[in-house]
Amino acid sequence: MEHNNFLQRWRPYVFGALAGLLLTASVATTGQFFGTSTTFPRMATLVVDIVGIDLSETYFYQVRDGSLTGSSFPNWQLLFVIGIGLGALLAAKASGTFKREELPQMWVDQFGPSTRKRALYSLGGGILAMVGARMAGGCPSGHGVSGVSQLGISSLVAVAMFFIGGILTARVLYRKGGVA
Amino acid sequence: MTLIIGLITGVLFGVFLQQAEVLRFEKQVAAMRLKDMTIVKFMLSTIVVGAIGIHLLQDLGAVSFAPRALSLGSQVIGGLLFGAGWAIIGYCPGTSIGALGEGRFGVLWPIAGMLVGGIVFALLYPFIQLNIQPIGALGNLSLHGVLGINHWIVIIALAAGSFFLFRFFEKRGL
Repeated sequence: MEHNNFLQRWRPYVFGALAGLLLTASVATTGQFFGTSTTFPRMATLVVDIVGIDLSETYFYQVRDGSLTGSSFPNWQLLFVIGIGLGALLAAKASGTFKREELPQMWVDQFGPSTRKRALYSLGGGILAMVGARMAGGCPSGHGVSGVSQLGISSLVAVAMFFIGGILTARVLYRKGGVA
Repeated sequence: MTLIIGLITGVLFGVFLQQAEVLRFEKQVAAMRLKDMTIVKFMLSTIVVGAIGIHLLQDLGAVSFAPRALSLGSQVIGGLLFGAGWAIIGYCPGTSIGALGEGRFGVLWPIAGMLVGGIVFALLYPFIQLNIQPIGALGNLSLHGVLGINHWIVIIALAAGSFFLFRFFEKRGL
């Protein structure tokens, strides 16, 4: 048990350091820094195109010959994002930590077991998170890991704001007594 | 070839994220509730090692890179919006995909929200470029560039700061 606690304690540092080596290897081999958020608007525009809604006249579709839209697929970042899901699946299955879960326990403790409520908050929160990440020019991987590793001031500002926004919002959401 | 390397890099990153346990809603929200700093330990460890690695590559002349452009309007407003959404959904874009791989199927709702957010962003894009991006747009500034010092001094300070922060977390059991 003692041994297990020791391993548990070092987990985020060891795997974090390995991820730092992986970033270095990625930059050395392909010149690619980690980032994931740009893939979401690209994927979303692809879905919109498939559904048959024509947004091709909008400015967003014309910037840099459509590089912000699904027409840039397949690209490095799409494969990187797919890889994250596959890698997590493999590691979870191999280590016996794969767990089917509909709602996170911490959420249920505060907001109750309603799927409808979680869905509504998730849609609103997801919109805020994605508009915010793309406006800021990155998410915790693009700005957080890649940008801060480059010692960029824009990334340091962005990450500070991610945490300030997150801590303030969490204070409101998870205040004692619950939110309705 | 770039695509295959991208997939392999993603798989390895997914394994590391999963094994570090940072894909979990509880870990992400607990960090914002200042109760469990697992994700901060992971991020800072990645950043310190990554900063050393990529700056070594740059010093060796193997690669060159410039930081993302600074726009105070974009990073402050966008960053705060992202933080608020992050606290609500409990995942960031990368970890949401990893959490799906771990079996947390409830994350499909946040992923759907972020995809809708992608379209909202696309529609807001001209407004953001015109009205928010120009606020405090100061170019590709780096910390060492602004301070006028060697990048290794900043990296050593970053590593030392992280070390003391980690020690603080471990002492407090965070």
